[in-house]
Amino acid sequence: MNRSPVIAIASGKGGTGKTTVAIHLAAALLFHKRSVQYLDCDVEEPNGHLFLKPRIVSSETVGIPVPAVDAATCTSCGKCAEVCEFNAIARLKKPLVFPELCHGCGACALVCPVGAIHETPRAIGVVESGHAGSIAFAQGRLNIGEPMSLPLIRAVKAKRNPEAVALLDAPPGTACPVVATVRGADFVVLVTEPTPFGLHDLSLAVDTLLPMGVPLGIVVNRADGDLRVHDYCREHHLPLLAELPDDRRVAETYARGELLFDCLPEWRERFENLWTRIEEQL
Amino acid sequence: MKVALTSSAKTLADPIDMHFGRAKFFILADTETGKAVAHDNAQNLHAAQGAGIQAAETVARLGAETVITGSVGPKAYRALQAAGIKIALVEAVCPGTEALRRFKDNELPVLDKPNSEGHWV
Repeated sequence: MNRSPVIAIASGKGGTGKTTVAIHLAAALLFHKRSVQYLDCDVEEPNGHLFLKPRIVSSETVGIPVPAVDAATCTSCGKCAEVCEFNAIARLKKPLVFPELCHGCGACALVCPVGAIHETPRAIGVVESGHAGSIAFAQGRLNIGEPMSLPLIRAVKAKRNPEAVALLDAPPGTACPVVATVRGADFVVLVTEPTPFGLHDLSLAVDTLLPMGVPLGIVVNRADGDLRVHDYCREHHLPLLAELPDDRRVAETYARGELLFDCLPEWRERFENLWTRIEEQL
Repeated sequence: MKVALTSSAKTLADPIDMHFGRAKFFILADTETGKAVAHDNAQNLHAAQGAGIQAAETVARLGAETVITGSVGPKAYRALQAAGIKIALVEAVCPGTEALRRFKDNELPVLDKPNSEGHWV
């Protein structure tokens, strides 16, 4: 592979350890002398910064283009409202725009026969970038109450440097924000826990991501001897990349916002091995 | 005067639908002639988002001057305001005929702000 790979770290269920895996993979890659980028695409609640403690050097506002209607030019033909898939324009005496419903596709401005619509940006959040030691860092922060997260996720991904291994910390779940994060990735690490809930949501995530054609691998976090995830991986021919044992000291370190390698050196090997396993899959 | 009632079925004898955007039917009633025509709202019933906005568009197109309903969300309210359509509020489900009679007797309060939360998918 000429360019460095893009690895997304996702999960069906929340709280399984995506961020733990992503940040420690980033740290482990440094030991392999690889340039690495950590991109937090969980824009509703980015938390990798709590552990990596990056120095943010730039912050850019991200907006989507929403229509503004010039009432004097508008002939009230209604074509803009008709073409809008998201009901963001009401066809009244004059068109009435609901910017919070607009996805910024621009169709209304295209179909307006008299050029009465121009697009103005509506801010949805910020992309912050900088570095945490040798790890290049970027994260999106979605404005509070903002439902439109995909353009911000794409803006975070646009920070990608093809020279570095990119680790995308995905949002939990199986909805559009996950798909937007994973699209274009070379490999997806799905982090799960060995519980019925973890397995259930893992299977939903697999069903969502497999049709996208992205290769997947599974990491079992807080492994405790329950083998249902193993059975599932075997049945579905999915590689089990790593089992990270349940260890109270890991939770304590995490709760302090620290990286594991400093106080639990044996964990460094686990993540270096995980990286080796991922590389084998690429 | 033309008023639009949100209705659970096609006639004024049927109970009011308390929702505006996702009402099953709009019944356009003429308070002078007593004529009433039902309009199906099935399309908005299943809209992913913006049902209230589309409903406001529909009643505006029908020429209603007032809407009689149970609840109106923030976006539908804004659209109805922009269209100059008043909102008369019924507090509990009742037949359309009764809502209409109470409206004519000025017994229904006029809504001056949204009385329902917006919905996100």
